Amino acid sequence: MSTILLIEQILNGLQFGVMLFLMAAGLTLIFGVMGLINLAHGSLYMIGAFAAAAVAGWSGNFLLALIASLIAAAIFGVIVEMTVIRRLYKRDHLDQVLATFALILIFSEATRWTFGSFPLFLDIPAVLKGTVILPGGIEYSLYRLTIILIGLAVALGLYLLISKTRVGMRIRAGENDREMIGALGVDISVLYTMVFALGAALAGLSGALVGAIQSVEVGMGEPVLILAFVVIVIGGIGSIRGALAGAILVGLTDTLGRTLLPVLFSSFMDGSAATTVGSALASMLIYILMAGVLIFKPTGLFGSA
Amino acid sequence: MADSILRVSDIHKSFGALKASDGITLDLRQGEIHALIGPNGAGKSTLIKQIAGGLRPDSGSVTFLDQDVTRHSVAERARLGLARTFQISALAMDLTVLENAVLGAIGQRGSVFSFFRPAMKNAGLLSQARAALAQVGLEEDEATITAELSHGQRRQLEVAVALTLAPKAFLMDEPMAGMGAEGSKALTRFLQELKHQAPILLVEHDMDAIFACADRISVLVYGKIIATGSVDDIRANPDVRTAYLGEEDAA
Amino acid sequence: MIREGTLNIVILCLLVAVPAYAYVMNEPFTITLATRAVIFALAGVGLNLALGQGGLVSFGHAAYFGMGGYAMGILASHAQNYDPIFDGAFLIEGTNSMPVIWVVAVVSSALLALLIGALSLRTSGVYFIMVTLAFGQMFYYFAISWPAYGGEDGLSIYVRNQFPGLNTLDPIQFFGICFAILCLVLLFVDRLNKSPFGLALNGAHQNEERARTVGINVYKLRLVAFVISGAITGLAGALFADLNRFVSPTMFSWAISGEIMIFIILGGVARLFGPVVGAAVYILLEHFLGGLSDYWFIYLGAILLGMVLFAKGGIIGKLAKKETHHGG
Ligand SMILES: Nc1ncnc2c1ncn2[C@@H]1O[C@H](COP(=O)(O)OP(=O)(O)OP(=O)(O)O)[C@@H](O)[C@H]1O
Ligand SMILES: [Mg+2]
Repeated sequence: MSTILLIEQILNGLQFGVMLFLMAAGLTLIFGVMGLINLAHGSLYMIGAFAAAAVAGWSGNFLLALIASLIAAAIFGVIVEMTVIRRLYKRDHLDQVLATFALILIFSEATRWTFGSFPLFLDIPAVLKGTVILPGGIEYSLYRLTIILIGLAVALGLYLLISKTRVGMRIRAGENDREMIGALGVDISVLYTMVFALGAALAGLSGALVGAIQSVEVGMGEPVLILAFVVIVIGGIGSIRGALAGAILVGLTDTLGRTLLPVLFSSFMDGSAATTVGSALASMLIYILMAGVLIFKPTGLFGSA
Repeated sequence: MADSILRVSDIHKSFGALKASDGITLDLRQGEIHALIGPNGAGKSTLIKQIAGGLRPDSGSVTFLDQDVTRHSVAERARLGLARTFQISALAMDLTVLENAVLGAIGQRGSVFSFFRPAMKNAGLLSQARAALAQVGLEEDEATITAELSHGQRRQLEVAVALTLAPKAFLMDEPMAGMGAEGSKALTRFLQELKHQAPILLVEHDMDAIFACADRISVLVYGKIIATGSVDDIRANPDVRTAYLGEEDAA
Repeated sequence: MIREGTLNIVILCLLVAVPAYAYVMNEPFTITLATRAVIFALAGVGLNLALGQGGLVSFGHAAYFGMGGYAMGILASHAQNYDPIFDGAFLIEGTNSMPVIWVVAVVSSALLALLIGALSLRTSGVYFIMVTLAFGQMFYYFAISWPAYGGEDGLSIYVRNQFPGLNTLDPIQFFGICFAILCLVLLFVDRLNKSPFGLALNGAHQNEERARTVGINVYKLRLVAFVISGAITGLAGALFADLNRFVSPTMFSWAISGEIMIFIILGGVARLFGPVVGAAVYILLEHFLGGLSDYWFIYLGAILLGMVLFAKGGIIGKLAKKETHHGG
């Protein structure tokens, strides 16, 4: 395999990872601050993608579509938080899982009812079409590169938000001690709604960005949700840094595994069998990675014991 | 020491910068009540946890019945006969009193993996459980759901479950907390009999109870044992008075 | 309020009465619906052992359901193609005998549960939920990308497998087989719940620390429960595949894990007959709401949400008091 192709795959892995990070960051933040496991996070991803596709179809403006995805997901996030989610903070994990699973059913069917069963398509905007030449003469999709940059910018933004601002201080206080934050005189329920909306907006944004590469359809959120869970298990729950590291690790492992394993197997097996075994194994690779982490560090790479 | 049942040697445990156990050595001898006292946050519960196996010490060792159990799990130590009661009751709240006691008998007999005979029709398990309940005076309440017990009764049940384990030593973390004067007097008397069955390492804040029943007392302050001795020794010890009994002004 | 035991008998009678009536009225479709309900109930009884009695919220039981399904699919497809599964130092052939398929389904899903359980039980709480969900998904993707047994399209079996002395293609006879298995498994699980093992499992669910301090190895205890749980769900998977004469990766999908969980919640968590009632109600909802609207999952979602928020204890919890079984 040529180096150029390898670097391109590494960049693809990075892009995939960065997108998983947008999902995982929201999930892990919501868990860290409110102690809630939210299966409906994938629905917010889907809502972001549909909102973007609808607005892009109507206005033809991609930037507007991205903004719409953020706003729509955040609004749905706020509504869901205020009507359902806040009743779940004090419940056990089983109740949280079931209630948010019910939300998936409702959101998916409502979306199917509104938009129909056929996938929508979101076009990459003209300015981001085509490729750029990176240092070293590597040609790479401008749009994917943009996703990587947006993702890294969000990571930086989250880092600054949490470590440098007053809101961030409250979030950290909430993670350490839910009682104390009440004593600080912060209105907890407002803070919780804000955190949930932030997580929702990130999920929506990620859905919109990916929607331009893949198709926008009902059920697109759950596979990504499950991958984000893998990211969180690997990175350690409640840790943004863990989410970033886990996401990049998962993105790279999955992308490179799919390219490299069939090649690897063909060095000692015949062609078609190698492709079969290689790609079947590649589809399991990140779960095997997760199993490895569970064996050696059950609390995740950045998790505390 | 030949008659020491349980021995803790030079245990260290830190939480970050906090030294919760800072080189603790003590032993528990046949037939005694060894009280462990110390101010809040001194590291008493942390020590009990390390002896019981729920927390692994950074260094040092725990010997039980002449066997090094430092690397044993909680369950393994319990099966050897190291019985523990908790500072905050740890019981299966939706089960009945009798079921909680039977749970102890199941663990003690190692019959966890018997799948067919109903547990609550197994004469062996039942008699073992009922004997323990009778010993603490809970036999009348065996059909009560544990969640409905009074605070004092829960403490009694904790002791009863410990008794089902055919214990060779007891670790008791504040068994009298919240018991009221009458209850704690009765429990004190009970412990004085119980110690002949198996020695007791007793963490307690109730000084009257301790002075009434302890054979030896160790004083733990900031993770260190500053004195060990008889009731009279400890009462007379000036370090203890300043460090713990808080009498430096009076002296 | 009635006694739970009485209610359970009523439930079993209803479960027989409906297909019996359909048989008399010559409505094979209704019998098939009842068979589906019985098979789903079996899958739920399996999960309920881990989830209800053990408190292990596994969101990955589709893995065992699918494993059981593929055990049937693989054995039967080799048998129907007269193509041995393994032909080397020794010979392994396919089979279309139900009892053999059941044994293979139970053993293979038990082994899978042993593997997944051994890893997942190193964690607890939310981690456990996420990890089991992820491992379930792993098998979904594996089934899709492994082309030998149909890949994404799945496998069709043209003739239902055989049971000595019965005509399995007759809906009422196949229902009878499934119903008998459900009853046997219910009997087995009931004894299990009351045994020292079941009491320990329940005790460890309510207070893990307590179970440890009486000398119970909680990890091992839960692992055994998880394996039995997976094996029962795997058996249900084999029957489900036989009912449809078809297996596909969908049997491994996370949505199946969620559905199995719904059966338990609708009926009542940790109730012996919870999944039975839940599965029957689910089939009724699917049939009637599905007839009313293409979007019946919205209603299902709303019902589920309402039950979680406002009606804990499920249907059995509303109808019967919890039985306590003490000394005797
Ligand atoms: N898991 C832990 N992580 C961090 N610090 C801990 C942990 N467990 C205990 N500590 C700290 O160690 C110190 C000793 O706690 P411990 O519970 O052993 O005290 P104690 O002597 O039992 O107090 P009390 O009389 O109030 O029960 C305390 O400062 C406590 O905050
Ligand atoms: Mg304490």
